[in-house]
Amino acid sequence: MGGNTPCASCKLLRRRCAKECIFAPYFPPEDPHKFAIVHKVFGASNVSKMLQDLPVHQRADAVSSLVYEANARMRDPVYGCVGAISYLQHQVSQLQMQLAVAQAEILCFQMQQQDSSSPSMAQKECSHKSSL
Amino acid sequence: MSSSNSVEGSYSKRCAACKHLRRRCAEDCVLAPYFPATHPERFECVHKIFGAGNVARMLKTLPVQERAQAADSLSAEAYWRVRDPVYGSTGIVIQTNQEISATQCELAKIRAQISMYEARRASEQQPPPPPAVLPQQQGPLGPQESMPMFEPNDPFNFLN
Repeated sequence: MGGNTPCASCKLLRRRCAKECIFAPYFPPEDPHKFAIVHKVFGASNVSKMLQDLPVHQRADAVSSLVYEANARMRDPVYGCVGAISYLQHQVSQLQMQLAVAQAEILCFQMQQQDSSSPSMAQKECSHKSSL
Repeated sequence: MSSSNSVEGSYSKRCAACKHLRRRCAEDCVLAPYFPATHPERFECVHKIFGAGNVARMLKTLPVQERAQAADSLSAEAYWRVRDPVYGSTGIVIQTNQEISATQCELAKIRAQISMYEARRASEQQPPPPPAVLPQQQGPLGPQESMPMFEPNDPFNFLN
């Protein structure tokens, strides 16, 4: 990647793509949009610092999450990824309410079952005592 | 003396961004309303992740009434990224999605149980059908008692 084809970041930044370019493994030249969007939101130097602070095996995931957040910010310049989180947390609240209602219903059924079975249990006890 | 006092005065009114960047805080500083000097860590976080220039540019592209919300969401994302340098706020999205899946699963199980209870209650409330009167059959083994009917739709004999 270094000598012949510059990576997407070095192409955009118009610089020589070194052999040890930190961006090259994660921003291939075939997908220039990916780096463009991350550069627009975070800035190339900030992304470089963030990647340098991480062990190599975690950098791919970090890039994926940065791309995700940059895309979210481009789609929603006011709330970005936070907007998506608010929406999902609202879904969680709704589901938890539905779960609570369903659990209450199950409890009712179980209590009804107990009530219907307890008279027969009382009868059995009575007949056992009388046989003694 | 008075000029130095006025310089000191204006320096003391710098926002967190201009203090951090060691520059004069202009009266129309776009960052000043959202990064007050009272919370320097908020700006430091945002500057570390996004950069002051990017933040100022993003805020300038927005109408004034939306800038406070944008500054808050940028601060939140920067905070999550500092806490989790690999996944940042995307980690919260993943976690919340997993919570949603788990809750949906639990809800589906409980609803299935409710359906079973309702079906059982409905069948218990139905009056049992009158027993069919069949003539006693006499075969080589003698009179046969009638065998209980196997109901393919009631394999667990809920109806009896």
